[in-house]
Amino acid sequence: MFRLLVLLTYLLCAVSATAAGVNTPKKPADPFFGEALYYAYQEEWFAAIARLDTELGQFYELDEPELDSLFHHLGEAEFDVGDFELAYRMHHRGGRAIKAVIEGNVGEEVRNAAIFRLARIFFQKEQPGNALLTVERVSGTVPEKIRDDLAFLRAQILMANGDFPGAAAILAELREAGGLEGFASYNLGIALIRSGKIAEGRRYLDLTGRIVSDEPVVQAIRDKANLVLGYKLMEENDFEGAKEVFDRVRLSGPFSNRALLGSGWADISRGDFEKSLTPWSILIEREITDPAVQEGMLAVPYAYGKLGMFSNAAIRYGEALASFNSEIDKLGASIRSIREGKFLRALVREEVKQDADWVVKLRELPETPETYYLLNLMSSHSFQESLKNYLDLDELRRKLEVWDRDLNAFEEIIALREAYYTPLLPEIDDKFRRLDSKMRLRLEQRDNIGNRLRAMLVAPRPDYLATMEERLFGERIVRLEQIMATRSTGEPGELTERFGRLRGVLDWNIYSQYDQRFTEAHQSLRDLNLVADLLPAQYFSFVRTRQGAVQSYQGYDDTIRRLRIRIKAAKGEVRELMARQGHMLEVMALNELTGRRTRLEEFQVKARFAMADSYDRAIGAQGRKGEGQ
Amino acid sequence: MLRVIAILVTILVLILSYSAHAEEVSRAQVKGLDEQVQEIKSDVLAIAAELNELEEKLLYPSHTQVAVFVSLAEGEEFSVDSVGISLNGEEVIHHLYTFKELEALRRGGVQRIYTGNIRTGAHQLEATLIGRSAGGTDFRTTENFTIQKEAGPGIVEIILAQRAITFKDR
Repeated sequence: MFRLLVLLTYLLCAVSATAAGVNTPKKPADPFFGEALYYAYQEEWFAAIARLDTELGQFYELDEPELDSLFHHLGEAEFDVGDFELAYRMHHRGGRAIKAVIEGNVGEEVRNAAIFRLARIFFQKEQPGNALLTVERVSGTVPEKIRDDLAFLRAQILMANGDFPGAAAILAELREAGGLEGFASYNLGIALIRSGKIAEGRRYLDLTGRIVSDEPVVQAIRDKANLVLGYKLMEENDFEGAKEVFDRVRLSGPFSNRALLGSGWADISRGDFEKSLTPWSILIEREITDPAVQEGMLAVPYAYGKLGMFSNAAIRYGEALASFNSEIDKLGASIRSIREGKFLRALVREEVKQDADWVVKLRELPETPETYYLLNLMSSHSFQESLKNYLDLDELRRKLEVWDRDLNAFEEIIALREAYYTPLLPEIDDKFRRLDSKMRLRLEQRDNIGNRLRAMLVAPRPDYLATMEERLFGERIVRLEQIMATRSTGEPGELTERFGRLRGVLDWNIYSQYDQRFTEAHQSLRDLNLVADLLPAQYFSFVRTRQGAVQSYQGYDDTIRRLRIRIKAAKGEVRELMARQGHMLEVMALNELTGRRTRLEEFQVKARFAMADSYDRAIGAQGRKGEGQ
Repeated sequence: MLRVIAILVTILVLILSYSAHAEEVSRAQVKGLDEQVQEIKSDVLAIAAELNELEEKLLYPSHTQVAVFVSLAEGEEFSVDSVGISLNGEEVIHHLYTFKELEALRRGGVQRIYTGNIRTGAHQLEATLIGRSAGGTDFRTTENFTIQKEAGPGIVEIILAQRAITFKDR
């Protein structure tokens, strides 16, 4: 029962959710978050989680996270990473992420949406007790878009916990809910029947079985309701009612074979043997591996026998026997092929996985087991989970192998860079040191000039702004005055006057042009500053480039060594888990095929005896006919 | 002698049939293994994170890194066949879109189409979009943009629309 509920939930989830759990409809402002969504929308969960994890990790290390573009999407991103983990079947991590949202400082609606998801995880993981405890934490406003889904989940959880009246009360309110058409009334019928309200339950199954819809999922649940109701009526000996209900099931749906079989048995039960041949004749033309078709192959001759057509019955039993023999051989071959590991090898073949019906397509591959016999098993929750795990492990194995090769390439890149830079760097460093000391000297000179000019604003010093020629000229005058002083007679002469006039001209020029020179000096300093300001940028650019060169080959050894160890350990673990998971899949498949073979062997025995009996009766009848003539 | 062989064969058949039927898969086994698979997924994701960091440091250091992201403008209904990116006149990537990738873009996903290295300063980026309008007409649009690469990683967003391609430099 619980398994059925889980399967129906899966079916419903497939209707209501698009790519599992990704709710963000608009393009986020943060491109890295958008990138994670890009992978999630393609259902590449590993890449989506890896990217969003990295982005969130970097975000939490920021000094001013409010300036980052992810800041406005943080809630969504936290929620989505949990969803991605769930979609990647990492329920523990996904559950933890969602619990963190529930216990975090979030609004009522967000909290309730998170509770809904967590409860759904527990329910899907077949933990109805935990699912109930979780769903009971919902309080306050529930987001409109999940209101019905939450109520439906609550009803399913109650059913899984055995509270059928409670579930029925909720489901009664959901009959008209959009998106739950058929599912609510079907479950309501089941809940009422399990509550002991048989007639009322039948009524809802009947209502579900009459729904008119073009939606494939609604048509499927309608067929299922009719099938369940039909067999229920058979149990209650209402064969007329059962016949009518079975005949409502579409001839092309997934439940059609069992409905055709039931329809024929309803005819037999009410004594209309001839009529039973109509549905059964359709049935036995279908895929022979279907259990209902196999049963139909025994049912048709049974009906002929009941009609007294023993020769026909004997021939049909013979045909059934031949088919069963052939199918038993096929099953034997399939069992052998699984034991030889061909099933697992086929499961991971890339070309098959490109097709949505890849599991069915497996049968077309050479030397793979007959997958039609495995369809029932393959649609079961535990097989699906195991299969997905196996495929995920295979994907991890491939990734780890690629990464191992990547590390080899990284080491080669590092070695090449080291070989290139190591001889170059000492010479570059030497040149840089010389340039650096020159640069420092020039900057110091610039600072001195600046200081001097600033001081001259307060205490003008025209002499500081004398040109080189004027300085040399002044020095020459001083030198000549000294020479003259050594030879002087004491009387000021013509030469002294001339020196005085020359000095006067010199000072006149220096003092009269002071303002203009001072302005020009400031302009020159500004020009110099423009150039000097570029120097630190160039300096840091060089330092960065140099650092970049060194960092391009230094400091990776520990990381690469650590990664190698981790990859090696993970590879070993993945290999072991793949072997165990693969073995589990093989055992499941073998058990299924063995069970089917055992059933066919029983049919084989029945057919053999019934065929002999029919021949006897046919001969007897012929004898009586001969005697009569 | 024949009897002994027959008995041995019967025992062997019994053992084989027993081994085929004896092994069952319990729910606890499925659950236990599932939990271990979840753990290894977690471990491998952690390795992926460290490896990504290493790859970024080694191959695309922040002072030279440039990453180009592509997204679709909201409300656009055309389909993208391919996008080509040229940097300074040289084509660095030409991406052909699968159905799934296009759907992911339509739903608001952002594709990192190119990650590479450039010097600081100005660079010419050219984006070419080849697509088909909602009415089924083929079209081709090319736009140019100047990236100003600073010391930090360069991020360029290209937003595709049928009429124009817009750029954002972060």
